[in-house]
Amino acid sequence: MTTLIWIVAALVVIGVYLSWTAGRLDRLHSRIDAARAALDAQLLRRASVAQELGTAGVLDPAASIVLYQAAHAARQAEEEHREVAESELSQALRAVFAEVPQVEAVREAPGGEESLTELSEAVRRVPMARRFHNDAVRAARAVRKHRVVRWFRLAGHAPFPMAFEMDDEPPAVLEARTGP
Amino acid sequence: MRIGIVCPYSWDVPGGVQFHIRDLAEHLIRLGHEVSVLAPADDETPLPPFVVSAGRAVPVPYNGSVARLNFGFLSAARVRRWLHDGDFDVIHIHEPTSPSLGLLTCWAAQGPIVATFHTSNPRSRAMIAAYPILQPALEKISARIAVSEYARRTLVEHLGGDAVVIPNGVDVDFFARAEPKQEWQGGTIGFIGRIDEPRKGLPVLMRALPKIFAECPGTRLLVAGRGDEEEAVAGLPREMRERVEFLGMVSDEDKARLLRSVDVYVAPNTGGESFGIILVEAMSAGAPVLASDLDAFAQVLDQGSAGELFANEDADALAAAAVRLLGDQDLRTGLSERGSAHVRRFDWSHVGADILAVYETVTAGAASVAADERSGLRARFGLARD
Repeated sequence: MTTLIWIVAALVVIGVYLSWTAGRLDRLHSRIDAARAALDAQLLRRASVAQELGTAGVLDPAASIVLYQAAHAARQAEEEHREVAESELSQALRAVFAEVPQVEAVREAPGGEESLTELSEAVRRVPMARRFHNDAVRAARAVRKHRVVRWFRLAGHAPFPMAFEMDDEPPAVLEARTGP
Repeated sequence: MRIGIVCPYSWDVPGGVQFHIRDLAEHLIRLGHEVSVLAPADDETPLPPFVVSAGRAVPVPYNGSVARLNFGFLSAARVRRWLHDGDFDVIHIHEPTSPSLGLLTCWAAQGPIVATFHTSNPRSRAMIAAYPILQPALEKISARIAVSEYARRTLVEHLGGDAVVIPNGVDVDFFARAEPKQEWQGGTIGFIGRIDEPRKGLPVLMRALPKIFAECPGTRLLVAGRGDEEEAVAGLPREMRERVEFLGMVSDEDKARLLRSVDVYVAPNTGGESFGIILVEAMSAGAPVLASDLDAFAQVLDQGSAGELFANEDADALAAAAVRLLGDQDLRTGLSERGSAHVRRFDWSHVGADILAVYETVTAGAASVAADERSGLRARFGLARD
């Protein structure tokens, strides 16, 4: 009889532990979803402002075409090419806003100040959102590598989380506008 | 936006983290946000309207010193009530790894959580032992902020993951506009910090002092901070002791005036600094800064371009640099100008905007903060009330 009680008690403890771990994993997955949604929003925002600046005619024609092309590609990119397309947009932004006079030219145009503020905010927030996303991914991966999680398939059908890797270095000139 | 901020240390005890939280809360309130700060405090201490007391902190020996911490059922209950009443969009926890309110909140809440790591403590034994307990709480944090690149590096090494770097904020204009005081001017060196705390580096400065005083006659040292004044000057030749003035504890206004008045501000700290807010304040006041080359200090001083650096704990190097600075007006003016330009990035207008950007990033696409019912046993069997 005592043995039976002990077995039941052990099973209950194991059950609670498994349920707690599953809850933890579930929370991590929803954190990744939220972080991914935020990253998407920031990337889209950056691409929109860049496209706006590319079509506004405040930049010289060559810069406009480079910026428009990169922003358009980033917005239309399929999931598997997204990281490359967004990195190319970062490079295009750095090339176009390599020097202070270019920024001054945009600022003097009507509505240029607002666009510049939006762009500086966007290029600052993309790396933030990406860091938060990849941090969530790392935390979820650490839990999913656990033996218990693999044996009992606690992760269910959730896909193995992937980090979002891209070049998100903002143009130095714009960075100075928003602080370090 | 409704923002809840958790302060792990007693509100009645002055400290860097507490001041940072106070200034941040006031800045956010000025911008029109609703802010509530949960902090340990004695029930009879008068608190600003935005602070909610989490009860008295208990002094406990922890990590080599006596820390005042909050734990136990009462504190946990107060945290839950605060979370429930506040209905926050985001909560911002400071020092989530200290075994106090921050950790309790991490444990009890779900939703968008932002955490700031202030110290760059090497991993303690307690943390290694507590890692399996700490990890499930820490993984609820959606966004981590480190106050310096140095703090970020320690965080990444010890806890894994990543963080964005947002420095501590300073009200630059408060220091820039302070009125210099005549009696503190004219060949003065300034030092602010605890006298009896060797890490603040006063002993190093005292060892350098005879050389400085010998080379620059008429120079005085002004020391602001608590501690035993007799003991501090004990190593100095008797005739030099009267050239050291102790001002005791000074108010914020006097601190600003002191920094505006001195010819050189010296920060000889020997370690344990993760940021260096006093350097930022000195630069705001336009004081030429001479600091030890700690990682955190070098970063605040832009690798030596916004302030002079000397080899840590090297009294001779400190003396040589101080003599050079005191004897060269152009050098000081140059430092002061570069410092004033560099320090703008630490102003609350920039720092506050960055912190708000973090809040907005984590709240986009996430539900608001709620008490985490899943951590209770009842919830496990589907019995939790909503």
